[in-house]
Amino acid sequence: MTDATSQGGSRPNARPTTSLTAVGSRTKKRNASEKRFRAYGLAAIGTGLFFLVVLLSAIVSNGSSAFMQTFIEVPVYLDPAKLDKNGNRDPEDIAKVSTFGYSPLIQNAVFEQVQDKGIATEYDDAGDMKALISASAAAQLRDRVIANPDLIGETVDFQILASSRVDGYLKGRVSRDSITQDKNIDAGHLDLVDALREDGTVHKSFNFAFITGADASESRPEQAGLGVSMLGSFFMMLVVLFLALPIGVAASIYLEEFAPQNKFTDFIEVNISNLAAVPSIVFGILGLAAFIQFAHLPQSAPLVGGLTLTLMTLPTIVISTRASLKAVPPSIRDAALGVGASKMQSVFHHVLPLAMPGILTGTIIGLAQALGETAPLLLIGMVGYIATNYPDGVISGFLSPNSAMPAQIYEWAKRADPAYYERAWGGIIILLVFLLVMNVIAIILRRKFERRW
Amino acid sequence: MQSVKLAASALAIAAVSASAAAARDNVQVAGSSTVLPYASIVAEAFGENFDFPTPVVESGGSSAGLKRFCEGVGENTIDIANASRAIRDGEIETCAANGVSDIIEVRIGYDGIVFASQQTGPEFTAFEPSDLYNALAEQVVVDGELVANPHNTWADFNADLPDVEIAAFIPGTKHGTREVFEEKVLLQGCEDTGAMEAMVAGGMSEDDAEDACMAVRTDGKSVDIDGDYTETLARIDSNPNGIGVFGLAFYENNTDKLKVATMSGVEPTTETIAEGEYPVSRPLFFYVKKAHIGVIPGLKEYAEFFVADEIAGPDGPLANYGLVSDPELADTQSKISNEETMGSNM
Repeated sequence: MTDATSQGGSRPNARPTTSLTAVGSRTKKRNASEKRFRAYGLAAIGTGLFFLVVLLSAIVSNGSSAFMQTFIEVPVYLDPAKLDKNGNRDPEDIAKVSTFGYSPLIQNAVFEQVQDKGIATEYDDAGDMKALISASAAAQLRDRVIANPDLIGETVDFQILASSRVDGYLKGRVSRDSITQDKNIDAGHLDLVDALREDGTVHKSFNFAFITGADASESRPEQAGLGVSMLGSFFMMLVVLFLALPIGVAASIYLEEFAPQNKFTDFIEVNISNLAAVPSIVFGILGLAAFIQFAHLPQSAPLVGGLTLTLMTLPTIVISTRASLKAVPPSIRDAALGVGASKMQSVFHHVLPLAMPGILTGTIIGLAQALGETAPLLLIGMVGYIATNYPDGVISGFLSPNSAMPAQIYEWAKRADPAYYERAWGGIIILLVFLLVMNVIAIILRRKFERRW
Repeated sequence: MQSVKLAASALAIAAVSASAAAARDNVQVAGSSTVLPYASIVAEAFGENFDFPTPVVESGGSSAGLKRFCEGVGENTIDIANASRAIRDGEIETCAANGVSDIIEVRIGYDGIVFASQQTGPEFTAFEPSDLYNALAEQVVVDGELVANPHNTWADFNADLPDVEIAAFIPGTKHGTREVFEEKVLLQGCEDTGAMEAMVAGGMSEDDAEDACMAVRTDGKSVDIDGDYTETLARIDSNPNGIGVFGLAFYENNTDKLKVATMSGVEPTTETIAEGEYPVSRPLFFYVKKAHIGVIPGLKEYAEFFVADEIAGPDGPLANYGLVSDPELADTQSKISNEETMGSNM
């Protein structure tokens, strides 16, 4: 054939002679455009990866310092003359001494430590040590004394938090230049910190309190932690799981297996698909109107947050559940019906177990989305300074005011003290770890239980 | 179907137990974002030192807080509203209409409003109200004539100021700070530059002239910031020529990035504000619902603790954070212990 075409000149009206092995210009064009398209695709993926790397490195470099914290280790003399004036160790009398009575003890202790170590300093008054010490130290001391009044009169070793300025200095956030205008700390204090650091009184170590602790006020960022808001998120996720999963699965089973195909069910289907795309803030204002203003549920409670997020997560769960129900082949239903099962038996004994991995994946993805959601929480009062109290039981976990992880991060990012900025980034790392874990669980479940037909 | 029933009953149980447990034992506070840091410092110390649970403090703005405060009496309403301005007559009426007739007004101290720019930016070190008026007002006086603001750079009207383009970031209208800025800076500048006189001479009534004085130019040289001071700070960070309006406490926490300007030759510090020398300041308040005292545990103790000398006094943690303590704190303390309401001393 090749010979025939190449010698085609002998035939009238023959097509121009080309070889299959030689590449024609049109083929070249098509190949070139495919190459270009591949390059575009690679460029797109490359850009995406680049931004991902930039984002992750920004988060890690800004936030990792939040996991370390500066502590001061110092022996404190618990002066009976100040803490127990009547000398009878009566717990009620001891409780009357407020944290303001404890601060001078700590300042004295740090000052004595400085003098014992023979560190030369321009300060000659224990009150000047205030700039080094976190305001939380007094409360820490007081709690320990109230728990164990026998400590009064003894010298006890304490590990107290350093103030946020000192912490910032060790982390490089605060420099000698930047504090020239700062009335909270002077260069002399930094000299002192350098000296104390050398002999080990001041040291940096891993900050468990950041993961387990409660939020703090603006005057003591060094004490703030994400623990309480983590519990708030946990209780919210419980509400979402125990409401959205049964309601969502029931709705999808009915729509998929039992509902007649008519205009009404079409209408419902269209609406569910649309609800999944509704901005989350809309659910927030719905939650405000329905749960707080109409049902008078308590403001800022994880229960209300959970209910609001349930509304938001429902469409996601319904859509993924219906998709996985659809993926179960009709032959399975037919076989069940064929051997005499009722419609309900065929669904609950055969279809639902086969669809379960898909349903669980959808639910976990929906939960992960709800965990990171901030906008609806703004409207139901979960943003703002929320108490430092841990919930003291399951019921108060649902009902007493709390924050949620993303709301807490937003709150920290707003605060004036730059130390909170670092904590906001640190909080994002923890949140991302949670999301990653949830997504990994979803992938494992899918891998393990997925069936192909 | 069973799971539907289950879900429905779970919802019902949740709702019932919620309303049953609404008998709350913590103080709830909402209102001004300027007062929020102070209130949270007090709430934290209160929780440490008393057996009562830590009060819950939310922000949302003075007006929003007072609105919730005036919704009525009962455990579903807040106990205390924080405000960066005094309560208005209209709000007192709304309160009274909803049954909140006995309100205790507590002044916790003063807050200064400062004008600051980038630490390394141009030399914005001294302002007069007239400078800010000339830079930001809608209509200014040029050569004795009232004209739409033609100034592009600060040096256009005051040769002592840097020759850079005007860029100011001022609080949006929902902030209490804006009101103070308008009254204490723009209005003052309007009178000082003679614009007020020119407006009245032009046939305006005095009220209309005051309103016109407080109108800010809309050609983009002055930007309203509706967010927090952190947003203003971010704008200043990216604009070396920018001037921002901040609270004194915020400035004192960010002295490494910001440089403050004097107003009428007075530097803003807690001392100059306490003595009344620095002109741009305002009192901060919180309002207590008297009907809740004795019902909500710890409410009165919290209010007393807030204005105690060791908290709100000149050496307390609030002053450390940037609050200008009130010289008449003792009066406020006795007012709370006697539970004097607003009507009783009017």
